[in-house]
Amino acid sequence: MTEYRIQGATGEWEVVIGLEVHAQVTSNAKLFSGASTAFGAEPNTQVSLVDAAMPGMLPVPNRECIRQAVRTGMAIEAQINKWSRFDRKNYFYADLPQGYQISQLYHPIVGEGALHIEADEKAGIAEDKVIGIERIHVEQDAGKLMHDQHPTMSYVDLNRTGIALMEIVSKPDMRSPAEAGAYVRKLRSILRYVGSCDGNMEEGSMRADVNVSVRRPGEEFGTRTETKNVNSVRFVMQVIEYEANRQVDVIENGGTVDQETRLFDPNTGTTRTMRSKEDAHDYRYFPDPDLLPLELDDSFIEECRASLPELPDAKRARYENELGLTPYNARELTAEVEIFGRFETLLAATAAKIGKPEAKVATQVANWALSVAPGVVKSLGEEANMANATAGAQASILAMQDKGEISGGQAKEIYEIVLKEGGEPEAIADERGLKQVSDTGAIEAKIDEIIAANEDKVAEYRGGKDKLFGFFVGQTMKAMQGKANPAVVNQLLKAKLDG
Amino acid sequence: MTAYTQLGVKDIRDGVASGDFTAREVAESFNAAVASAAELNAFIVTTPDHALTAADAVDAKRARGEDLGKMGGVPIGMKDLFATKGVQTTAASHILEGFKPEYESTVSQKLWDAGAGMLGKLNLDQFAMGSSNETSYFGNVSSPWKKDGTNAAMSPGGSSGGSSSAVAARIAPAATGTDTGGSIRQPAAFTGICGIKPTYGRCSRWGVVAFASSLDQAGPMARSVEDCAIMLEAMAGFDPKDATSLQMDVPNWEATLSADLKGKKIGIPREYRMDGTDQAILDSWEQGKAMLRDAGAEIVDVSLPHTKYALPAYYIIAPAEASSNLARYDGVRYGLRDLPDGAGLQDMYAAIRAAGFGDEVKRRVLIGTYVLSAGFYDAYYTQAQKIRTLVAQDFEKAFAECDVILAPTTPTASFPLGSLNEDPLTMYLNDVFAVPASLAGLPAMSVPATVNPDGLPLGLQLVGRPFDEQGVLNAGLAIQQRVGFEAQPEKWW
Repeated sequence: MTEYRIQGATGEWEVVIGLEVHAQVTSNAKLFSGASTAFGAEPNTQVSLVDAAMPGMLPVPNRECIRQAVRTGMAIEAQINKWSRFDRKNYFYADLPQGYQISQLYHPIVGEGALHIEADEKAGIAEDKVIGIERIHVEQDAGKLMHDQHPTMSYVDLNRTGIALMEIVSKPDMRSPAEAGAYVRKLRSILRYVGSCDGNMEEGSMRADVNVSVRRPGEEFGTRTETKNVNSVRFVMQVIEYEANRQVDVIENGGTVDQETRLFDPNTGTTRTMRSKEDAHDYRYFPDPDLLPLELDDSFIEECRASLPELPDAKRARYENELGLTPYNARELTAEVEIFGRFETLLAATAAKIGKPEAKVATQVANWALSVAPGVVKSLGEEANMANATAGAQASILAMQDKGEISGGQAKEIYEIVLKEGGEPEAIADERGLKQVSDTGAIEAKIDEIIAANEDKVAEYRGGKDKLFGFFVGQTMKAMQGKANPAVVNQLLKAKLDG
Repeated sequence: MTAYTQLGVKDIRDGVASGDFTAREVAESFNAAVASAAELNAFIVTTPDHALTAADAVDAKRARGEDLGKMGGVPIGMKDLFATKGVQTTAASHILEGFKPEYESTVSQKLWDAGAGMLGKLNLDQFAMGSSNETSYFGNVSSPWKKDGTNAAMSPGGSSGGSSSAVAARIAPAATGTDTGGSIRQPAAFTGICGIKPTYGRCSRWGVVAFASSLDQAGPMARSVEDCAIMLEAMAGFDPKDATSLQMDVPNWEATLSADLKGKKIGIPREYRMDGTDQAILDSWEQGKAMLRDAGAEIVDVSLPHTKYALPAYYIIAPAEASSNLARYDGVRYGLRDLPDGAGLQDMYAAIRAAGFGDEVKRRVLIGTYVLSAGFYDAYYTQAQKIRTLVAQDFEKAFAECDVILAPTTPTASFPLGSLNEDPLTMYLNDVFAVPASLAGLPAMSVPATVNPDGLPLGLQLVGRPFDEQGVLNAGLAIQQRVGFEAQPEKWW
């Protein structure tokens, strides 16, 4: 087993990791107000009276945000709590107009669930693993402070204030940076499948608080630190690596790890103290008296369930079992919404064009989608006009290839032309002579010439040197300038040489 | 001209509708009365133009033969806890001094839509915290009443003290109030007027500066039960902008008013017979029983065993919510702004809140912060919530045996301003009879009962089942008809 261990001066240490992922809910309006949630607007242009906490303003829950949280809970096989409640988390800060954040401490909307990560030897994950989810609760995001606009003052942008977040809290079930990375990627994938969060970490739609502690393998949990607001998978892994080693150093040098909140500096890859336990806020949580408890009825829950798409694990299994794809291809194709979306569209178009069931052409389409097509795109670089990369065009190419009209090389050539210039693949193949010759007469003529010119090799072949078959194929293809249908060549050669 | 100011809501509405006088004449009379009553300090700002504009609109409607609305032509006072668009809204605090909202509270909007106009914004205890109207940043409000033989300024009660003073002094025919733990009923009782706090959720809280969200409820204050019924109809109704708003139709309370209580049972809670209650109040309670019996009701004893815990629980829950509700007053976006030289964010908060809040507000914010803090939450807040549940259950059980509960509104009559300032606990006791119904969210009303030997008004309280404002109003009407309360404060202002 390749378990992740920190090699300390005094022996091996195991890392224990839990993640709290804040995912911005996809919704046009904020959690408790009608203000827009669009990213990138001018500061303070998407702020309602409620968001600005004007006197007498009241929150009203946005049904769509609640729906998205419930659907997300279902996607991680979690318990949906039909009765939940909002609490106020009280603290003063300039990005928090109400002076409290409406969150769910005592009764979250989603209870325990699970997320599956797959073995990945390259990444150092030895086997499939289930990471427990503690809960998902819904809460308001805070505004944004801008410290670089004025020499002595900070500016406040309330556009983000009140946008709905889901806080997805894992159990301390991860044991390596790789597992944590796989967890975040998988979670992101599920959120995007469900459509409850766009998963855009650069824009801050998803960020993680990383809880790390170390212990001797098998012993009790150590004291943990929490590193706030980490906004990429790579950074999550860096934080864990850095924190684990730092904590081991502290302990091995006779110190103790302080339970504290830390900040990550992406420039140095290190973390530093943000506030210690002594400075921890007393948030004075209590049930928000402006809001009634949230009660979900059965029809709402059913509607949420019915609206769920096929999820990554189920899709991957179906790709393997029903479409006959390799585990690798199935995993690659199901990782992202855009990828499987394009694949399934192309698969349907190709199957229709060829007139075969999808399962019969899936492998061909998968290879095309995962390696052939991206290769062509890459080789063209900026010359590729991706607007031309329609499913229809690609399906036509794949159909010609399936019928033996074009070779694999010709398929690539045609696709290159399509990407650069546009046009119908069939017409391109015809006009530019990019078709294989399947005309047995023409091929037979060439084969006869080759056999006549290589009598010694023919004799050797017939004498038992089977390997020479490849030589004859090569000669024939060369004579046909690469345009002969290899299947026809094989068939004719076999008949002539063996016969 | 003075005659109009003797009129109530119903008289004005009906008189304007039938063409006996114009809404403008009424508005002008009250505007003049308001202008001449500065000594009461009932208003923080006056808005004579608002009253006139509304009156003219009603008169114009009448000329066109259109419906004038439930409050058509009635000028009213608006407690300065309701946000009024373009008109300073302060909650009687320094921290909101000069704040002019860009929005109108749902309740005030409904009143304008019903044809009412605004005479001005009424003074109150700061952020509605107080029972005597002595915590306002804009000065004490005086009751129009005096204790016989003295000249001391008396408390109009609180927190809706500007409302009670103005209605009792007849410088407004009616006013809005809000009641968190008695803030409509106690001032109504102190000044010889009527006031009803409806079931929690009847009136939208949207646009009302929040004190304690789970308790705050708006209601009318006027000189008769009928006037309260009319005005409450105009104020109430479901509001999608308030998540705690009741999704129920507003009954036609005015039309259904009836003082015939045959078949009704009136409950007398034995636990309300407390030490320290004035004899005159106990006597008026007895009289109230006799009157309701006379109206056809059966009088039954009921028990509300957790009554004595209600006040302490209230003084945990209300400050807890207030400490959080008032966190938004930080000077960053509106209101008082004080940024001492070289100060950081925390210094700014401290400077603004120190200067912007009065002592009573600070006291309650501190109490609320304390009871919610780690280590104390369960001992205080959780316990108080349990008591709240028990108090509500007490009422449920009592209402299995009776339809309406009759009790005193307050344990004493009004007191001179300044006499209880050093003793917040005695001040808090003013609300001992009012708070249980608030905790249970029940409709409750105070109606004038009598004047005590000192010449000061006393009130009787009626508490009903959830949503049964009608039962409360009807019992109030039965008392009103038998009391025939005609005493008026002698004009000294």
